Amino acid sequence: MSEVKTEATRDAYGKTLVELGKENPKIVVLDADLAASTKTADFRKAFPERFFDMGVAEQDMIGTAAGLAASGKIVFASTFAVFGSGRAWDQIRISAAYTRLNVKIVVTHGGITTGEDGASHQANEDIAIMRAIPNLTVIVPADAYETAKVIRAAAKFNGPMYIRLSRIKSPLVYKDESFAYQIGKGITLRQGKDVTIIACGIMVAKALEAAEELSKQKINCRVVDLHTIKPLDKELIVRCAKETGAIVTVEEHSILGGLGGAVAEVIVENCPVPMARVGIKDMFGESGKPEELLVKYGLTAKDIAAAVGSVLKRKK
Amino acid sequence: MPSKEKVLELKNIAQKLRQHIIEMICQAASGHPGGSLSAADIVAVLYFHQLKHNPKDPKWVDRDRFVMSKGHAAPVLYAALAESGYFPLKYLTTLRQIGSSLQGHIDMLSLPGIEMSTGSLGQGLSAANGMALAGRLDNKDYQVYCLLGDGECQEGQVWEAAMTSAHYKLDKITAIIDHNKYQIDGSVEKIKNLKPFGDKWKSFGWNVISCDGHDVKAVCEALEEGKNYKGKPSVIIADTIKGKGVVFMEEKPLDYHGKAPTETEKEVALKALCQIILDKDENK
Ligand SMILES: Cc1ncc(C[n+]2csc(CCOP(=O)(O)OP(=O)(O)O)c2C)c(N)n1
Repeated sequence: MSEVKTEATRDAYGKTLVELGKENPKIVVLDADLAASTKTADFRKAFPERFFDMGVAEQDMIGTAAGLAASGKIVFASTFAVFGSGRAWDQIRISAAYTRLNVKIVVTHGGITTGEDGASHQANEDIAIMRAIPNLTVIVPADAYETAKVIRAAAKFNGPMYIRLSRIKSPLVYKDESFAYQIGKGITLRQGKDVTIIACGIMVAKALEAAEELSKQKINCRVVDLHTIKPLDKELIVRCAKETGAIVTVEEHSILGGLGGAVAEVIVENCPVPMARVGIKDMFGESGKPEELLVKYGLTAKDIAAAVGSVLKRKK
Repeated sequence: MPSKEKVLELKNIAQKLRQHIIEMICQAASGHPGGSLSAADIVAVLYFHQLKHNPKDPKWVDRDRFVMSKGHAAPVLYAALAESGYFPLKYLTTLRQIGSSLQGHIDMLSLPGIEMSTGSLGQGLSAANGMALAGRLDNKDYQVYCLLGDGECQEGQVWEAAMTSAHYKLDKITAIIDHNKYQIDGSVEKIKNLKPFGDKWKSFGWNVISCDGHDVKAVCEALEEGKNYKGKPSVIIADTIKGKGVVFMEEKPLDYHGKAPTETEKEVALKALCQIILDKDENK
Protein backbone atom coordinates (compact mmCIF):
# COMPACT_ATOMS: atom_id res chain seq x y z
CA MET A 1 0.00 0.00 0.00
CA SER A 2 1.21 3.50 -0.77
CA GLU A 3 1.94 5.86 2.07
CA VAL A 4 -1.17 7.84 3.11
CA LYS A 5 -0.52 11.57 3.29
CA THR A 6 -1.83 13.25 6.41
CA GLU A 7 -2.26 16.79 7.69
CA ALA A 8 -4.18 18.28 10.61
CA THR A 9 -7.13 20.46 9.63
CA ARG A 10 -6.10 22.97 12.30
CA ASP A 11 -2.74 23.44 10.58
CA ALA A 12 -4.53 24.26 7.34
CA TYR A 13 -6.65 26.77 9.28
CA GLY A 14 -3.61 28.56 10.67
CA LYS A 15 -1.99 28.86 7.24
CA THR A 16 -5.13 29.96 5.44
CA LEU A 17 -5.90 32.58 8.04
CA VAL A 18 -2.52 34.22 7.45
CA GLU A 19 -3.14 34.26 3.68
CA LEU A 20 -6.56 35.81 4.22
CA GLY A 21 -5.09 38.36 6.60
CA LYS A 22 -2.81 39.58 3.82
CA GLU A 23 -5.69 39.88 1.38
CA ASN A 24 -8.31 41.41 3.62
CA PRO A 25 -7.62 44.05 6.28
CA LYS A 26 -11.10 43.57 7.73
CA ILE A 27 -10.15 40.19 9.15
CA VAL A 28 -9.68 40.19 12.93
CA VAL A 29 -8.85 37.11 15.00
CA LEU A 30 -9.71 36.32 18.61
CA ASP A 31 -8.64 33.41 20.76
CA ALA A 32 -9.22 32.33 24.33
CA ASP A 33 -5.76 31.39 25.53
CA LEU A 34 -5.30 28.51 23.12
CA ALA A 35 -3.68 30.27 20.17
CA ALA A 36 -0.78 27.83 19.91
CA SER A 37 -3.16 24.85 19.80
CA THR A 38 -5.83 26.33 17.53
CA LYS A 39 -3.08 27.71 15.25
CA THR A 40 -4.33 31.29 15.39
CA ALA A 41 -0.82 31.96 16.72
CA ASP A 42 0.26 32.06 13.06
CA PHE A 43 -2.05 35.04 12.51
CA ARG A 44 -0.96 36.63 15.78
CA LYS A 45 2.62 36.56 14.57
CA ALA A 46 1.79 38.00 11.15
CA PHE A 47 -0.77 40.61 12.25
CA PRO A 48 -0.37 41.31 15.96
CA GLU A 49 -2.49 44.49 15.75
CA ARG A 50 -5.48 42.51 14.46
CA PHE A 51 -5.23 39.70 16.99
CA PHE A 52 -6.81 39.91 20.43
CA ASP A 53 -6.35 37.29 23.09
CA MET A 54 -9.46 37.32 25.26
CA GLY A 55 -7.95 35.13 27.95
CA VAL A 56 -9.86 32.21 29.42
CA ALA A 57 -13.23 33.87 28.76
CA GLU A 58 -15.13 32.22 25.92
CA GLN A 59 -18.43 33.99 26.56
CA ASP A 60 -16.72 37.36 26.45
CA MET A 61 -14.84 36.31 23.34
CA ILE A 62 -18.05 35.62 21.41
CA GLY A 63 -19.63 38.87 22.61
CA THR A 64 -16.53 40.86 21.66
CA ALA A 65 -16.52 39.13 18.27
CA ALA A 66 -20.13 40.24 17.79
CA GLY A 67 -19.26 43.85 18.61
CA LEU A 68 -16.32 43.82 16.18
CA ALA A 69 -18.53 42.28 13.50
CA ALA A 70 -21.25 44.87 14.13
CA SER A 71 -18.58 47.45 13.31
CA GLY A 72 -17.71 45.89 9.95
CA LYS A 73 -15.01 43.39 10.85
CA ILE A 74 -14.89 39.77 9.71
CA VAL A 75 -14.09 37.98 12.93
CA PHE A 76 -12.59 34.54 13.39
CA ALA A 77 -12.86 33.38 17.01
CA SER A 78 -11.13 30.19 18.06
CA THR A 79 -10.81 27.83 21.00
CA PHE A 80 -11.37 24.12 21.58
CA ALA A 81 -14.70 22.72 20.34
CA VAL A 82 -16.02 21.93 23.83
CA PHE A 83 -15.56 25.52 25.02
CA GLY A 84 -16.39 27.25 21.75
CA SER A 85 -19.77 25.54 21.59
CA GLY A 86 -20.96 24.63 25.08
CA ARG A 87 -19.34 27.27 27.23
CA ALA A 88 -20.54 30.12 25.04
CA TRP A 89 -23.77 28.64 23.68
CA ASP A 90 -26.09 31.43 24.80
CA GLN A 91 -23.66 34.10 23.59
CA ILE A 92 -23.51 32.40 20.19
CA ARG A 93 -27.29 32.23 20.17
CA ILE A 94 -28.06 35.86 21.02
CA SER A 95 -24.96 37.95 20.28
CA ALA A 96 -23.85 36.17 17.10
CA ALA A 97 -26.71 34.19 15.53
CA TYR A 98 -29.86 36.19 16.35
CA THR A 99 -27.98 39.23 15.04
CA ARG A 100 -26.72 37.40 11.89
CA LEU A 101 -23.30 38.95 12.46
CA ASN A 102 -20.08 37.98 10.71
CA VAL A 103 -18.71 35.85 13.52
CA LYS A 104 -16.82 32.74 12.38
CA ILE A 105 -16.35 30.41 15.29
CA VAL A 106 -13.59 28.05 14.22
CA VAL A 107 -12.96 25.40 16.83
CA THR A 108 -10.28 22.73 16.96
CA HIS A 109 -10.06 19.51 18.98
CA GLY A 110 -13.49 18.32 17.88
CA GLY A 111 -14.46 14.77 18.83
CA ILE A 112 -12.84 11.89 20.63
CA THR A 113 -9.50 12.13 18.77
CA THR A 114 -8.65 15.00 21.09
CA GLY A 115 -7.26 11.97 22.86
CA GLU A 116 -5.20 12.02 26.02
CA ASP A 117 -6.91 15.08 27.55
CA GLY A 118 -9.95 12.91 28.16
CA ALA A 119 -13.69 13.46 28.43
CA SER A 120 -13.65 17.08 29.55
CA HIS A 121 -11.90 18.05 26.33
CA GLN A 122 -13.63 15.75 23.85
CA ALA A 123 -16.49 17.59 22.15
CA ASN A 124 -18.88 14.85 21.12
CA GLU A 125 -22.05 16.91 21.38
CA ASP A 126 -21.11 20.20 19.74
CA ILE A 127 -22.64 19.56 16.31
CA ALA A 128 -25.98 18.78 17.93
CA ILE A 129 -26.12 21.91 20.06
CA MET A 130 -24.79 24.18 17.34
CA ARG A 131 -27.12 23.02 14.59
CA ALA A 132 -30.10 23.71 16.85
CA ILE A 133 -29.37 27.45 16.66
CA PRO A 134 -31.20 29.33 13.87
CA ASN A 135 -29.13 31.36 11.35
CA LEU A 136 -25.94 29.45 12.21
CA THR A 137 -24.10 27.60 9.45
CA VAL A 138 -22.33 24.48 10.73
CA ILE A 139 -19.43 22.89 8.83
CA VAL A 140 -17.08 19.96 9.50
CA PRO A 141 -14.41 19.72 6.78
CA ALA A 142 -13.03 16.33 5.77
CA ASP A 143 -9.36 17.16 5.41
CA ALA A 144 -6.78 19.92 5.31
CA TYR A 145 -7.45 20.85 1.67
CA GLU A 146 -11.16 21.16 2.28
CA THR A 147 -10.47 23.16 5.44
CA ALA A 148 -8.53 25.72 3.42
CA LYS A 149 -11.48 25.99 1.02
CA VAL A 150 -13.98 26.30 3.87
CA ILE A 151 -12.01 29.02 5.63
CA ARG A 152 -11.72 30.98 2.38
CA ALA A 153 -15.45 30.54 1.77
CA ALA A 154 -16.17 31.62 5.35
CA ALA A 155 -14.34 34.92 4.88
CA LYS A 156 -16.58 35.69 1.91
CA PHE A 157 -19.81 34.36 3.45
CA ASN A 158 -22.01 36.88 5.18
CA GLY A 159 -23.23 35.55 8.52
CA PRO A 160 -22.34 33.51 11.58
CA MET A 161 -20.65 30.13 11.23
CA TYR A 162 -19.42 27.27 13.38
CA ILE A 163 -16.55 25.34 11.80
CA ARG A 164 -15.24 22.24 13.55
CA LEU A 165 -11.67 21.06 13.08
CA SER A 166 -9.52 18.31 14.53
CA ARG A 167 -6.41 18.06 16.57
CA ILE A 168 -4.81 15.06 14.90
CA LYS A 169 -3.10 14.64 11.58
CA SER A 170 -5.67 12.91 9.41
CA PRO A 171 -5.51 11.43 5.90
CA LEU A 172 -5.95 13.78 2.95
CA VAL A 173 -9.14 12.90 1.15
CA TYR A 174 -8.67 15.34 -1.72
CA LYS A 175 -5.53 15.44 -3.79
CA ASP A 176 -5.24 19.22 -3.76
CA GLU A 177 -7.37 22.34 -3.54
CA SER A 178 -8.53 22.27 -7.15
CA PHE A 179 -11.98 20.79 -6.49
CA ALA A 180 -15.16 22.88 -6.51
CA TYR A 181 -16.44 23.68 -3.03
CA GLN A 182 -19.75 25.21 -2.10
CA ILE A 183 -21.16 25.73 1.39
CA GLY A 184 -24.27 23.58 1.75
CA LYS A 185 -23.51 21.20 -1.12
CA GLY A 186 -22.28 17.71 -0.28
CA ILE A 187 -19.58 16.12 -2.42
CA THR A 188 -19.95 12.59 -3.81
CA LEU A 189 -16.49 11.07 -3.61
CA ARG A 190 -17.28 7.58 -4.80
CA GLN A 191 -20.15 6.27 -6.88
CA GLY A 192 -22.06 3.18 -5.84
CA LYS A 193 -25.55 1.72 -5.99
CA ASP A 194 -26.00 -0.59 -2.98
CA VAL A 195 -25.73 1.87 -0.10
CA THR A 196 -24.63 5.45 0.59
CA ILE A 197 -22.19 6.22 3.35
CA ILE A 198 -22.60 9.83 4.40
CA ALA A 199 -19.73 11.11 6.51
CA CYS A 200 -18.15 14.31 7.76
CA GLY A 201 -14.80 15.36 9.18
CA ILE A 202 -12.00 12.88 9.62
CA MET A 203 -14.51 10.03 9.24
CA VAL A 204 -14.79 10.67 5.50
CA ALA A 205 -11.40 9.01 5.00
CA LYS A 206 -12.55 6.03 7.08
CA ALA A 207 -15.73 5.80 5.01
CA LEU A 208 -13.67 5.61 1.83
CA GLU A 209 -11.49 2.94 3.41
CA ALA A 210 -14.59 0.90 4.32
CA ALA A 211 -16.01 1.32 0.82
CA GLU A 212 -12.77 0.03 -0.67
CA GLU A 213 -12.81 -3.04 1.59
CA LEU A 214 -16.49 -3.74 0.84
CA SER A 215 -15.90 -3.53 -2.89
CA LYS A 216 -13.87 -6.72 -2.53
CA GLN A 217 -17.10 -8.42 -1.41
CA LYS A 218 -18.88 -6.92 -4.43
CA ILE A 219 -20.70 -4.39 -2.27
CA ASN A 220 -20.88 -1.09 -4.08
CA CYS A 221 -20.83 1.85 -1.68
CA ARG A 222 -21.46 5.43 -2.61
CA VAL A 223 -19.53 7.82 -0.35
CA VAL A 224 -20.59 11.40 0.32
CA ASP A 225 -18.59 14.07 2.11
CA LEU A 226 -21.41 15.98 3.80
CA HIS A 227 -19.25 18.77 5.18
CA THR A 228 -22.12 21.17 5.79
CA ILE A 229 -24.42 19.96 8.54
CA LYS A 230 -26.45 23.13 8.28
CA PRO A 231 -27.95 24.13 5.94
CA LEU A 232 -28.29 20.47 5.04
CA ASP A 233 -28.10 19.29 1.41
CA LYS A 234 -31.53 17.63 1.54
CA GLU A 235 -31.76 17.13 -2.17
CA LEU A 236 -28.55 15.10 -2.25
CA ILE A 237 -29.58 13.00 0.76
CA VAL A 238 -32.98 12.16 -0.73
CA ARG A 239 -31.39 11.33 -4.08
CA CYS A 240 -28.91 8.98 -2.40
CA ALA A 241 -31.72 7.32 -0.45
CA LYS A 242 -33.77 6.81 -3.61
CA GLU A 243 -30.88 5.60 -5.77
CA THR A 244 -29.11 3.34 -3.29
CA GLY A 245 -31.97 2.38 -0.96
CA ALA A 246 -29.89 2.44 2.25
CA ILE A 247 -27.94 5.01 4.24
CA VAL A 248 -25.14 4.80 6.80
CA THR A 249 -24.00 8.01 8.50
CA VAL A 250 -20.53 8.29 10.02
CA GLU A 251 -19.33 10.99 12.37
CA GLU A 252 -16.87 11.53 15.18
CA HIS A 253 -19.68 12.78 17.39
CA SER A 254 -22.51 11.40 19.48
CA ILE A 255 -25.11 9.49 17.49
CA LEU A 256 -27.61 11.86 19.10
CA GLY A 257 -28.44 14.99 17.18
CA GLY A 258 -25.39 15.35 14.95
CA LEU A 259 -24.90 14.38 11.30
CA GLY A 260 -26.76 11.10 11.82
CA GLY A 261 -29.66 12.83 13.48
CA ALA A 262 -29.86 15.49 10.78
CA VAL A 263 -29.79 12.94 7.96
CA ALA A 264 -32.35 10.74 9.75
CA GLU A 265 -34.75 13.67 9.98
CA VAL A 266 -34.61 14.12 6.22
CA ILE A 267 -34.84 10.42 5.43
CA VAL A 268 -37.82 9.75 7.70
CA GLU A 269 -39.85 12.58 6.24
CA ASN A 270 -38.94 12.19 2.60
CA CYS A 271 -37.78 8.72 1.68
CA PRO A 272 -37.66 6.18 4.52
CA VAL A 273 -34.99 3.57 3.80
CA PRO A 274 -32.95 1.36 6.15
CA MET A 275 -30.43 3.51 7.95
CA ALA A 276 -27.66 3.11 10.54
CA ARG A 277 -25.69 5.72 12.44
CA VAL A 278 -22.02 5.15 13.18
CA GLY A 279 -20.86 7.48 15.92
CA ILE A 280 -20.17 7.65 19.63
CA LYS A 281 -22.87 6.05 21.71
CA ASP A 282 -24.57 8.24 24.31
CA MET A 283 -21.58 8.35 26.64
CA PHE A 284 -18.51 10.34 27.66
CA GLY A 285 -15.08 9.51 26.31
CA GLU A 286 -11.84 8.92 28.23
CA SER A 287 -8.11 9.41 27.93
CA GLY A 288 -6.18 7.43 25.38
CA LYS A 289 -4.37 7.64 22.07
CA PRO A 290 -6.66 8.90 19.30
CA GLU A 291 -6.36 5.68 17.27
CA GLU A 292 -7.05 3.52 20.34
CA LEU A 293 -10.12 5.60 21.15
CA LEU A 294 -11.45 5.34 17.60
CA VAL A 295 -11.27 1.56 17.98
CA LYS A 296 -12.78 1.44 21.45
CA TYR A 297 -15.63 3.80 20.58
CA GLY A 298 -16.56 2.08 17.33
CA LEU A 299 -15.26 4.54 14.77
CA THR A 300 -13.17 2.39 12.43
CA ALA A 301 -13.59 1.29 8.82
CA LYS A 302 -14.53 -2.11 10.24
CA ASP A 303 -17.37 -0.60 12.27
CA ILE A 304 -18.60 1.22 9.17
CA ALA A 305 -18.48 -2.01 7.16
CA ALA A 306 -20.50 -3.78 9.86
CA ALA A 307 -23.11 -1.02 9.78
CA VAL A 308 -23.30 -1.33 6.00
CA GLY A 309 -23.86 -5.07 6.45
CA SER A 310 -26.71 -4.43 8.86
CA VAL A 311 -28.57 -1.99 6.61
CA LEU A 312 -28.12 -4.23 3.58
CA LYS A 313 -29.78 -7.05 5.51
CA ARG A 314 -32.74 -4.80 6.25
CA LYS A 315 -32.88 -3.50 2.71
CA LYS A 316 -34.26 -6.71 1.18
CA MET B 1 -22.19 71.71 30.43
CA PRO B 2 -25.87 71.89 29.52
CA SER B 3 -27.60 75.24 29.78
CA LYS B 4 -30.47 75.77 32.20
CA GLU B 5 -32.88 75.53 29.29
CA LYS B 6 -31.30 72.29 28.10
CA VAL B 7 -31.60 70.77 31.54
CA LEU B 8 -35.28 71.68 31.64
CA GLU B 9 -35.80 70.26 28.18
CA LEU B 10 -34.10 66.99 29.12
CA LYS B 11 -36.27 66.68 32.21
CA ASN B 12 -39.38 67.06 30.14
CA ILE B 13 -38.13 64.57 27.54
CA ALA B 14 -37.50 62.05 30.32
CA GLN B 15 -41.09 62.53 31.48
CA LYS B 16 -42.27 62.05 27.90
CA LEU B 17 -40.32 58.79 27.70
CA ARG B 18 -41.97 57.69 30.93
CA GLN B 19 -45.41 58.39 29.51
CA HIS B 20 -44.59 56.28 26.47
CA ILE B 21 -43.29 53.48 28.69
CA ILE B 22 -46.55 53.33 30.65
CA GLU B 23 -48.72 53.57 27.54
CA MET B 24 -46.73 50.95 25.62
CA ILE B 25 -46.61 48.45 28.46
CA CYS B 26 -50.32 48.89 29.21
CA GLN B 27 -51.22 48.41 25.56
CA ALA B 28 -49.05 45.27 25.44
CA ALA B 29 -50.43 44.16 28.82
CA SER B 30 -46.91 42.91 29.64
CA GLY B 31 -43.35 44.20 29.87
CA HIS B 32 -40.93 45.66 32.37
CA PRO B 33 -41.94 49.09 33.71
CA GLY B 34 -39.70 49.32 36.81
CA GLY B 35 -36.31 49.08 35.11
CA SER B 36 -37.47 51.12 32.11
CA LEU B 37 -38.60 54.02 34.30
CA SER B 38 -35.43 53.99 36.40
CA ALA B 39 -33.34 54.42 33.24
CA ALA B 40 -35.47 57.15 31.64
CA ASP B 41 -33.36 60.15 32.68
CA ILE B 42 -30.11 58.44 31.65
CA VAL B 43 -31.51 57.44 28.26
CA ALA B 44 -32.99 60.92 27.72
CA VAL B 45 -29.61 62.53 28.37
CA LEU B 46 -27.87 60.06 26.07
CA TYR B 47 -30.18 60.49 23.08
CA PHE B 48 -30.97 64.20 23.43
CA HIS B 49 -27.64 65.52 24.64
CA GLN B 50 -24.68 63.19 24.72
CA LEU B 51 -24.74 60.83 21.74
CA LYS B 52 -23.27 61.84 18.43
CA HIS B 53 -25.90 60.28 16.19
CA ASN B 54 -28.09 60.90 13.18
CA PRO B 55 -31.57 59.35 13.09
CA LYS B 56 -31.64 59.97 9.31
CA ASP B 57 -28.50 57.87 8.89
CA PRO B 58 -28.58 55.19 11.59
CA LYS B 59 -25.49 53.42 10.19
CA TRP B 60 -23.33 56.58 10.03
CA VAL B 61 -19.83 55.17 10.59
CA ASP B 62 -18.71 57.89 12.99
CA ARG B 63 -21.72 57.71 15.27
CA ASP B 64 -21.38 57.01 18.97
CA ARG B 65 -22.69 53.57 19.91
CA PHE B 66 -25.19 52.80 22.62
CA VAL B 67 -25.63 49.20 23.74
CA MET B 68 -28.61 48.55 25.99
CA SER B 69 -27.36 45.49 27.83
CA LYS B 70 -30.43 45.25 30.08
CA GLY B 71 -32.59 44.26 27.14
CA HIS B 72 -35.80 43.96 29.16
CA ALA B 73 -35.83 47.76 29.44
CA ALA B 74 -36.57 47.85 25.72
CA PRO B 75 -39.54 50.27 26.10
CA VAL B 76 -37.35 53.17 27.25
CA LEU B 77 -35.02 52.66 24.28
CA TYR B 78 -37.89 52.37 21.79
CA ALA B 79 -39.44 55.56 23.19
CA ALA B 80 -36.12 57.42 22.86
CA LEU B 81 -35.56 56.15 19.30
CA ALA B 82 -39.06 57.16 18.24
CA GLU B 83 -38.81 60.58 19.90
CA SER B 84 -35.43 61.06 18.16
CA GLY B 85 -37.04 60.33 14.80
CA TYR B 86 -35.67 56.87 13.97
CA PHE B 87 -39.23 55.70 13.32
CA PRO B 88 -42.74 57.17 13.76
CA LEU B 89 -44.18 57.38 17.26
CA LYS B 90 -47.31 55.54 16.19
CA TYR B 91 -45.39 52.23 16.17
CA LEU B 92 -44.77 52.42 19.92
CA THR B 93 -48.17 50.96 20.75
CA THR B 94 -47.35 47.80 18.77
CA LEU B 95 -44.87 46.71 21.46
CA ARG B 96 -44.83 42.94 21.98
CA GLN B 97 -47.57 42.27 19.44
CA ILE B 98 -47.24 39.58 16.85
CA GLY B 99 -45.62 40.87 13.68
CA SER B 100 -44.37 44.04 15.37
CA SER B 101 -40.84 45.40 14.98
CA LEU B 102 -40.91 46.26 18.68
CA GLN B 103 -39.89 42.94 20.15
CA GLY B 104 -40.25 42.22 23.86
CA HIS B 105 -36.47 42.31 24.17
CA ILE B 106 -34.17 44.29 21.92
CA ASP B 107 -33.62 42.97 18.39
CA MET B 108 -31.11 44.95 16.32
CA LEU B 109 -32.42 43.60 13.02
CA SER B 110 -36.01 44.70 13.47
CA LEU B 111 -35.57 48.44 14.07
CA PRO B 112 -33.18 51.17 12.89
CA GLY B 113 -30.82 52.69 15.44
CA ILE B 114 -30.23 49.59 17.55
CA GLU B 115 -26.62 48.50 17.90
CA MET B 116 -26.96 45.07 19.51
CA SER B 117 -29.61 42.47 20.33
CA THR B 118 -29.94 41.74 24.01
CA GLY B 119 -32.34 40.15 26.47
CA SER B 120 -30.10 37.47 27.82
CA LEU B 121 -28.47 39.51 30.55
CA GLY B 122 -24.72 39.99 30.80
CA GLN B 123 -23.81 40.14 27.12
CA GLY B 124 -23.84 43.83 26.21
CA LEU B 125 -20.52 44.99 27.61
CA SER B 126 -18.57 42.38 25.61
CA ALA B 127 -20.20 43.62 22.41
CA ALA B 128 -19.47 47.23 23.40
CA ASN B 129 -15.80 46.27 23.84
CA GLY B 130 -15.79 44.78 20.35
CA MET B 131 -17.16 48.03 18.96
CA ALA B 132 -14.51 50.03 20.81
CA LEU B 133 -11.73 47.73 19.55
CA ALA B 134 -13.02 48.14 15.99
CA GLY B 135 -13.10 51.91 16.46
CA ARG B 136 -9.49 51.84 17.55
CA LEU B 137 -8.43 49.68 14.58
CA ASP B 138 -10.22 52.07 12.23
CA ASN B 139 -8.87 55.24 13.88
CA LYS B 140 -12.38 56.39 14.72
CA ASP B 141 -13.23 58.75 17.49
CA TYR B 142 -16.61 57.39 18.52
CA GLN B 143 -17.56 56.67 22.13
CA VAL B 144 -19.34 53.44 23.11
CA TYR B 145 -21.90 53.63 25.90
CA CYS B 146 -23.35 50.56 27.58
CA LEU B 147 -26.22 50.52 30.08
CA LEU B 148 -26.36 47.65 32.55
CA GLY B 149 -28.64 46.71 35.42
CA ASP B 150 -27.23 46.22 38.89
CA GLY B 151 -28.76 42.73 39.15
CA GLU B 152 -27.25 42.04 35.76
CA CYS B 153 -23.81 42.56 37.29
CA GLN B 154 -24.22 39.19 39.00
CA GLU B 155 -23.53 37.62 35.59
CA GLY B 156 -19.97 36.36 35.26
CA GLN B 157 -19.65 37.60 31.70
CA VAL B 158 -19.99 41.22 32.89
CA TRP B 159 -16.74 40.79 34.80
CA GLU B 160 -15.02 38.96 31.96
CA ALA B 161 -15.92 41.96 29.82
CA ALA B 162 -14.87 44.41 32.54
CA MET B 163 -11.42 42.81 32.48
CA THR B 164 -11.28 43.09 28.70
CA SER B 165 -12.15 46.81 28.70
CA ALA B 166 -9.48 47.50 31.29
CA HIS B 167 -6.84 45.22 29.78
CA TYR B 168 -7.14 46.85 26.38
CA LYS B 169 -7.39 50.31 27.99
CA LEU B 170 -10.65 51.02 26.19
CA ASP B 171 -11.18 54.58 27.36
CA LYS B 172 -13.82 55.00 24.64
CA ILE B 173 -16.04 52.79 26.77
CA THR B 174 -18.47 54.34 29.21
CA ALA B 175 -20.51 51.79 31.14
CA ILE B 176 -23.50 53.12 33.04
CA ILE B 177 -25.12 51.11 35.80
CA ASP B 178 -28.80 51.73 36.45
CA HIS B 179 -28.29 51.17 40.17
CA ASN B 180 -31.91 50.85 41.27
CA LYS B 181 -31.07 48.27 43.94
CA TYR B 182 -33.74 45.76 42.97
CA GLN B 183 -33.84 42.68 40.78
CA ILE B 184 -36.72 40.17 40.44
CA ASP B 185 -36.56 38.05 43.58
CA GLY B 186 -35.74 40.87 45.96
CA SER B 187 -33.25 43.62 46.65
CA VAL B 188 -29.85 43.13 45.08
CA GLU B 189 -28.32 43.36 48.52
CA LYS B 190 -30.42 40.47 49.78
CA ILE B 191 -30.26 38.22 46.71
CA LYS B 192 -26.54 38.45 46.05
CA ASN B 193 -24.78 41.48 47.40
CA LEU B 194 -22.58 43.51 45.07
CA LYS B 195 -21.05 45.73 47.73
CA PRO B 196 -18.56 47.28 47.71
CA PHE B 197 -19.76 47.91 44.15
CA GLY B 198 -17.60 50.88 43.17
CA ASP B 199 -14.53 49.24 44.69
CA LYS B 200 -15.15 46.13 42.60
CA TRP B 201 -15.06 48.14 39.38
CA LYS B 202 -12.07 50.08 40.63
CA SER B 203 -10.16 46.91 41.37
CA PHE B 204 -11.00 45.69 37.87
CA GLY B 205 -9.13 48.70 36.52
CA TRP B 206 -11.95 51.13 35.85
CA ASN B 207 -12.38 54.84 36.50
CA VAL B 208 -15.45 54.95 38.74
CA ILE B 209 -17.89 57.88 38.75
CA SER B 210 -21.02 58.13 40.90
CA CYS B 211 -24.04 60.29 40.30
CA ASP B 212 -27.74 60.72 40.97
CA GLY B 213 -29.27 58.98 37.97
CA HIS B 214 -32.38 61.15 38.10
CA ASP B 215 -30.56 64.47 38.17
CA VAL B 216 -30.13 65.11 34.46
CA LYS B 217 -27.48 67.76 35.04
CA ALA B 218 -25.46 65.33 37.15
CA VAL B 219 -25.87 62.63 34.50
CA CYS B 220 -24.63 65.05 31.81
CA GLU B 221 -21.59 65.89 33.91
CA ALA B 222 -20.81 62.27 34.69
CA LEU B 223 -21.03 61.28 31.02
CA GLU B 224 -18.75 64.14 30.03
CA GLU B 225 -16.26 63.20 32.73
CA GLY B 226 -16.30 59.57 31.58
CA LYS B 227 -15.78 60.54 27.98
CA ASN B 228 -12.82 62.75 28.77
CA TYR B 229 -11.07 60.29 31.06
CA LYS B 230 -8.03 58.82 29.31
CA GLY B 231 -6.25 55.51 29.74
CA LYS B 232 -9.05 53.57 31.44
CA PRO B 233 -12.67 52.74 30.74
CA SER B 234 -15.15 54.63 32.91
CA VAL B 235 -18.17 53.32 34.73
CA ILE B 236 -20.92 55.59 36.02
CA ILE B 237 -22.78 54.13 38.95
CA ALA B 238 -26.05 56.00 38.63
CA ASP B 239 -28.13 55.97 41.77
CA THR B 240 -31.70 55.39 40.68
CA ILE B 241 -35.13 54.41 41.95
CA LYS B 242 -36.92 51.47 40.38
CA GLY B 243 -40.24 52.68 38.97
CA LYS B 244 -39.12 56.33 39.19
CA GLY B 245 -41.89 58.81 38.41
CA VAL B 246 -44.76 56.50 39.28
CA VAL B 247 -45.33 56.68 43.01
CA PHE B 248 -47.06 53.34 43.52
CA MET B 249 -44.26 51.58 41.62
CA GLU B 250 -41.53 53.39 43.55
CA GLU B 251 -43.23 52.17 46.73
CA LYS B 252 -43.46 48.55 45.56
CA PRO B 253 -40.58 48.02 43.14
CA LEU B 254 -40.78 44.25 43.36
CA ASP B 255 -44.38 44.24 42.17
CA TYR B 256 -43.58 46.15 38.99
CA HIS B 257 -40.39 44.59 37.67
CA GLY B 258 -42.15 42.68 34.94
CA LYS B 259 -45.84 43.48 35.29
CA ALA B 260 -48.06 45.90 33.41
CA PRO B 261 -50.14 48.35 35.45
CA THR B 262 -53.93 48.02 35.32
CA GLU B 263 -56.10 50.53 33.44
CA THR B 264 -56.83 52.45 36.64
CA GLU B 265 -53.18 52.43 37.66
CA LYS B 266 -52.30 53.69 34.20
CA GLU B 267 -54.57 56.72 34.62
CA VAL B 268 -52.97 57.54 37.97
CA ALA B 269 -49.47 57.14 36.54
CA LEU B 270 -50.10 59.23 33.45
CA LYS B 271 -51.73 62.03 35.40
CA ALA B 272 -48.50 62.55 37.31
CA LEU B 273 -46.24 62.06 34.29
CA CYS B 274 -48.12 64.55 32.12
CA GLN B 275 -47.29 67.49 34.36
CA ILE B 276 -44.92 69.74 32.47
CA ILE B 277 -41.87 70.53 34.56
CA LEU B 278 -41.37 74.29 34.78
CA ASP B 279 -38.45 76.42 35.72
CA LYS B 280 -39.89 77.05 39.17
CA ASP B 281 -39.93 73.32 39.92
CA GLU B 282 -36.18 73.17 39.34
CA ASN B 283 -35.47 72.01 42.85
CA LYS B 284 -38.03 69.19 42.63
C1 LIG C 1 -29.28 35.52 31.52
C2 LIG C 1 -30.61 35.95 32.05
N1 LIG C 1 -31.10 35.39 33.18
C3 LIG C 1 -32.30 35.76 33.66
C4 LIG C 1 -33.06 36.70 33.01
C5 LIG C 1 -34.42 37.08 33.54
N2 LIG C 1 -34.39 38.46 34.09
C6 LIG C 1 -34.90 39.49 33.41
S1 LIG C 1 -34.69 40.95 34.21
C7 LIG C 1 -33.93 40.18 35.52
C8 LIG C 1 -33.46 40.99 36.71
C9 LIG C 1 -32.48 41.99 36.30
O1 LIG C 1 -32.18 42.86 37.36
P1 LIG C 1 -31.49 44.24 37.05
O2 LIG C 1 -30.33 44.02 36.15
O3 LIG C 1 -31.22 44.91 38.32
O4 LIG C 1 -32.59 44.97 36.18
P2 LIG C 1 -33.53 46.21 36.56
O5 LIG C 1 -33.81 46.16 38.02
O6 LIG C 1 -32.74 47.40 36.19
O7 LIG C 1 -34.74 46.04 35.71
C10 LIG C 1 -33.84 38.81 35.30
C11 LIG C 1 -33.26 37.87 36.25
C12 LIG C 1 -32.52 37.24 31.82
N3 LIG C 1 -33.22 38.12 31.09
N4 LIG C 1 -31.31 36.87 31.37
